Amino acid sequence: MVKIIFVDPEGKRHEVEAEEGMTLMEAAVKNMVPGIEADCGGACACATCHVYVDPSWKEKMAELFERSEAEEDMLDFAFDVRENSRLSCQIKVTADMDGLVLEVPEQQG
Amino acid sequence: MAEIETEALIIGAGPAGLFAAFELGMVGVRSHVIDILPRAGGQCMELYPDKPIFDIPAHPRITGRELTERLVEQCAPFDPVFHLNEAAQTLERAGEGFIVSTASGKRFSAKVVVVAAGGGAIVPKRPPLKRLEEFEGKSVFYAVREKAPFAGRRVVVAGGGDSALDWAIELAPIAERLTLLHRREEFRAAPASVEKMRRMVEAGEMDFRLGQIAGLEGADGRLRAVRARHAGEAFDIPADMLLLFFGLAGRLGPLEKWGYEVKGGRIVVDTASFETSLPGVFAIGDVCLYPGKLKLILSGFHEAALMAQKAVRYVHPDRHHTFTHSTSSEIIAEKLRLGED
Ligand SMILES: Cc1cc2nc3c(=O)[nH]c(=O)nc-3n(C[C@H](O)[C@H](O)[C@H](O)COP(=O)(O)OP(=O)(O)OC[C@H]3O[C@@H](n4cnc5c(N)ncnc54)[C@H](O)[C@@H]3O)c2cc1C
Ligand code: FES
Repeated sequence: MVKIIFVDPEGKRHEVEAEEGMTLMEAAVKNMVPGIEADCGGACACATCHVYVDPSWKEKMAELFERSEAEEDMLDFAFDVRENSRLSCQIKVTADMDGLVLEVPEQQG
Repeated sequence: MAEIETEALIIGAGPAGLFAAFELGMVGVRSHVIDILPRAGGQCMELYPDKPIFDIPAHPRITGRELTERLVEQCAPFDPVFHLNEAAQTLERAGEGFIVSTASGKRFSAKVVVVAAGGGAIVPKRPPLKRLEEFEGKSVFYAVREKAPFAGRRVVVAGGGDSALDWAIELAPIAERLTLLHRREEFRAAPASVEKMRRMVEAGEMDFRLGQIAGLEGADGRLRAVRARHAGEAFDIPADMLLLFFGLAGRLGPLEKWGYEVKGGRIVVDTASFETSLPGVFAIGDVCLYPGKLKLILSGFHEAALMAQKAVRYVHPDRHHTFTHSTSSEIIAEKLRLGED
């Protein structure tokens, strides 16, 4: 199990146990993290699973910040997109993500 | 208007709502079903009628349309009454039961209510901006019904998809000044529209600003400027009107405020009965939330079956309830008049 921490818009921390191979979105939805709506169920078609990746992970895992073209397009439908913005349905959990912190934006729709 | 009386009122005629009408029928509960849309079928009919679905048990492949038709056929023996083009709006407690009113003013009196509203009504996404409500419908819009109100005004169009570009191109000639605001140089809109927009920008017929919407300036619903941000810098774009195009999202809307527990836009249920935190009100299908919930048609069917077992206890509290299989059910035998042909 990999520990992932979602920080909701109110600043509350939600520590969830994610399985390797599932997406960060699935880990959030399974644990009812507020703000991750995932309307399209992970098809990269709704942008309601937007998260900000803790910038301090940049050195450790640069790939956490790399967005695909489809994801970049979909982020046009998100608000307040930042350098560390990702769609959480597009990131598969791996063992080395243990302790990763993700911030959930204010409102997804 | 007189109330329409029913034992169960099902909100939403997607696969979960349709199968709920069947399962309720099986336990001797009559239902009425309402849906905003003009036809039954929910997402299966609206979003993928001709796509084959591969994970419906005993149907190695079945399209969204076929599935809907079969579900309607399956619940028909129990005579559910459909009310289409009706959006459920309010829920009130009334004695032992509930009154649900729709946007058109119809009132339903029901002993139990089953919310099977799926992803809810499809509505435009709203940005998380302070004081947004103040301006909405007055100077901030999500669609263009008429072009006239934009004539001679300073208009900001925000977004990078087809709707944003199409309307920017369409309104620029009549607006006093039109500014397209988008977060990057690339656009997901059709290349032809992007090219047309760039030509208009070069010719000085519209402005393009790189940035994201960050705030609204103005008073009494009248916009003065749109605040935007790019690469850490904030700037104001003078504007009378703002059009926002950030796609659509399913929203429960009024159903979110019916008094039961809601989390992230979905209704929290107990997995033994699919009852919400309001006794007598149930939620099934995509709209309900519990640990491990999968948004699958199959899950909605299971939820409908368990819901019916509990719902019947409110509708017929004095009856003796024993579980029967459909193969030995007298109700279904009678309804389908088995043995008559
Ligand atoms: C492209 C796509 C492919 C899919 N493929 C599969 C698949 O292969 N297998 C699978 O199992 N699932 C699949 N799904 C998911 C599946 O379609 C949903 O899980 C299913 O439709 C949910 O059923 P439901 O009845 O809960 O809700 P919905 O189908 O969303 O129906 C809800 C209904 O409620 C109505 N409604 C909402 N609010 C109100 C209101 N206030 N008043 C009145 N009516 C209201 C809506 O108009 C709608 O008709 C797919 C979904 C999509 C988008
Ligand atoms: S869940 Fe829809 S884009 Fe990620």
